[in-house]
Amino acid sequence: MEFLFRFIVGGLIVSLFSAMGGVLKPKSFAGLFSAAPSVALATLTLTIFKNGKPYASLESRSMIVGALSLFFYLALCSHLLMKYKIHAAMVTISGLALWLLCALGAWALVLR
Amino acid sequence: MRAGSMGVSIAVNTLNVTLDLSALAKMKWYEYVVVFLSGGTITVIAGLLAREFGPAFGGLFLAFPAIFPASATLIEKHEKEKERPAEIANNDRGRQAAALDARGAEIGSIGLACFAFVVWKLLPVWNAGFVFCAALGAWFLISTFIWSVSEIYRRKTN
Repeated sequence: MEFLFRFIVGGLIVSLFSAMGGVLKPKSFAGLFSAAPSVALATLTLTIFKNGKPYASLESRSMIVGALSLFFYLALCSHLLMKYKIHAAMVTISGLALWLLCALGAWALVLR
Repeated sequence: MRAGSMGVSIAVNTLNVTLDLSALAKMKWYEYVVVFLSGGTITVIAGLLAREFGPAFGGLFLAFPAIFPASATLIEKHEKEKERPAEIANNDRGRQAAALDARGAEIGSIGLACFAFVVWKLLPVWNAGFVFCAALGAWFLISTFIWSVSEIYRRKTN
């Protein structure tokens, strides 16, 4: 039941930010909303109710590493899409390996 | 704070940021479903990972690019559809639109790190509602400021 609630809240907040990005122009400005803290808002709010503020605060510290990994991932995607004739789906899905490498590497070296 | 947000607002206005609500109607119903399902799924996965491996590991996934592959693919598809009436054979416009979205998101990810920093530092001592408002404000103002500066620089150099 808890995870169904999480699913619905997460889906709604992500859809809201996605819609906000969809109506804005130019594209580069709308892109800011592709990195909106939508999943974080849904997850952290529910985490505070269930596990308390110190637990949510610790999640946020790791989120900084996740966000920096996201920066490298998006820099790679932007570069490949601009320079090479590769489909967006191919670039953005295969690039997830870089996000995982950066995030898990930093977790193993610094956060664990 | 007010002066800062006013400065960002003026910069954004001079860079021709516009709102086109008709874009919502152009999206197909299954595209909304894909976004909703992706968002719901990553929220559940982040919760499961935090429960299984602890908050330090689960927190990483609060910035996982779950939605980006879907949104970039949809942007590429929509731009390609715009090309059809003019019968432009290549897919460059769609790909470049996706690249611009990625560049904006790249800037947004710096704002996202600031959001996380504000929550990390302030949540243990302040009211949660206030902390989330401050963190959202930090994400938006910092992202918009960096985007405005990069746009002004890009226009001057082009």
